[in-house]
Amino acid sequence: MKSSDKPAPKEKSLPSLTPSEITRYSRHILLREVGVIGQKKLKAASVLVIGAGGLGSPLALYLAAAGVGKIGLVDFDLVEASNLQRQILHGTKDIDRPKVASARDRLLDLNPDIEVVTHNVKLSSQNAAKIFKKYDIVADGTDNFPTRYLINDVCVLEKKTNVYASIFQFEGQVTIFGAPDGPCYRCLYPAPPPPGLIPSCGEGGVMGVLPGVIGSLQALEVIKLIVGGGSPLIGRLLLFDALRVSFNELTVEKDPNCPICGQSPTIDAPIDYEEFCGLGPKNEDPAEPISAGELKDRIDKGDKLQVIDIREPHERVLCPFPGAKVVPFGQLARRMDEFSPNEDLIFICKIGQRSLHAIRALKRAGYPGRMLNLTDGLVAWAELDGGPAAIY
Amino acid sequence: MSVNLLIPTALRGFTNGQSQLELTGATVKELLSDLAQKHPDIAPHLFDETGAVRSFVNIFVESKNIKNLNGLDTSVNPGQTVTLVPSIAGGRS
Ligand SMILES: [Zn+2]
Repeated sequence: MKSSDKPAPKEKSLPSLTPSEITRYSRHILLREVGVIGQKKLKAASVLVIGAGGLGSPLALYLAAAGVGKIGLVDFDLVEASNLQRQILHGTKDIDRPKVASARDRLLDLNPDIEVVTHNVKLSSQNAAKIFKKYDIVADGTDNFPTRYLINDVCVLEKKTNVYASIFQFEGQVTIFGAPDGPCYRCLYPAPPPPGLIPSCGEGGVMGVLPGVIGSLQALEVIKLIVGGGSPLIGRLLLFDALRVSFNELTVEKDPNCPICGQSPTIDAPIDYEEFCGLGPKNEDPAEPISAGELKDRIDKGDKLQVIDIREPHERVLCPFPGAKVVPFGQLARRMDEFSPNEDLIFICKIGQRSLHAIRALKRAGYPGRMLNLTDGLVAWAELDGGPAAIY
Repeated sequence: MSVNLLIPTALRGFTNGQSQLELTGATVKELLSDLAQKHPDIAPHLFDETGAVRSFVNIFVESKNIKNLNGLDTSVNPGQTVTLVPSIAGGRS
């Protein structure tokens, strides 16, 4: 911008750029739509990235590269080897380090001129508002329904715009919630799916490049909100299907009856999200457990029992369970006549979570026989001597 | 001519892995009952005990949410695309 140009009203409060920053960001500054003003807005901006994993990796990397002045990172996990297939913030040397520490090092290596604040905590109804208040924009790249509803509600209550993305296997969703006059997450999804219907990435797998595509779109929307201009994804849900390589854009309207952003809101403070998502202690219907050791003893003794493997075919190839009857989760209720109620059914999956939901689903469907859940699933079984050699 | 129904990954376990189905019906309700007849396992995930669409699933006719049209009575025309969009939460771990 030339000095003869009339300064924009906000420019006075914007920070100046150093000569090295002008060099670093020259490809942005050359764009009419960004320019010096846009770059100064980026320098003045603060963004809270929730989740330093699959989505948070490209998101935080691009925000840091773009010169967003302050980036907050929320995560409480440690880096694991199985993260590195997609979480490009972290390297092999970072295994077992806190994700936020590893991420901070990587971001400051990329751009030492920015500030990176780490929040090595699990986001909760107690701490979320206090953290969100310190940032202009929130970017939700977390991995579970309770946290997503928590982020939505606190963003609406604190009037923070939430750049939202989520992924599942080969599919991604991106949109902006909580913008002034725009819809919120609850307007689109008033309640979460029942536990067990949609497996987590850990159980269901995810194409490593997918969070790269979706997290990059999320970064793009954050940067557009800061710089201004363009058409942000407010009121529009972008779907991406990596297998078909198709993008689909759907309209999302604000719901006047929304319990938090509607005309007569009933939620004025964060709630208990575990309970809301059917995960709280009240909702727990404990299934009878069986340890891997006990199961092995019973099989070795020739006890009368039937092992039911509810995993997907590709999982069974990775770690088969010989002798088990295979019934995919979705077919359980319909095929319960195939089980004999006078022998014990042992339900197995990878980590013992889906099998728990399988037992609950069959109980609801009225199955009368005894059902036991293999605690910690095939992971525990693999640790026994004589069990399968490898777990996936 | 039939209506094209797009099935998201999360629900493909109930449609033998198929991502697209050609179905018939003059309304969304008729279309989904054709779906439930061909793939009975999917029905409990789309409808609750009262027959209402579950609140974590959105149904779009072209780009419009049926919540903002006539709900399950929204009419569909041959050649149109109907998309099921369940909420998904992955991204961090
Ligand atoms: Zn709302």
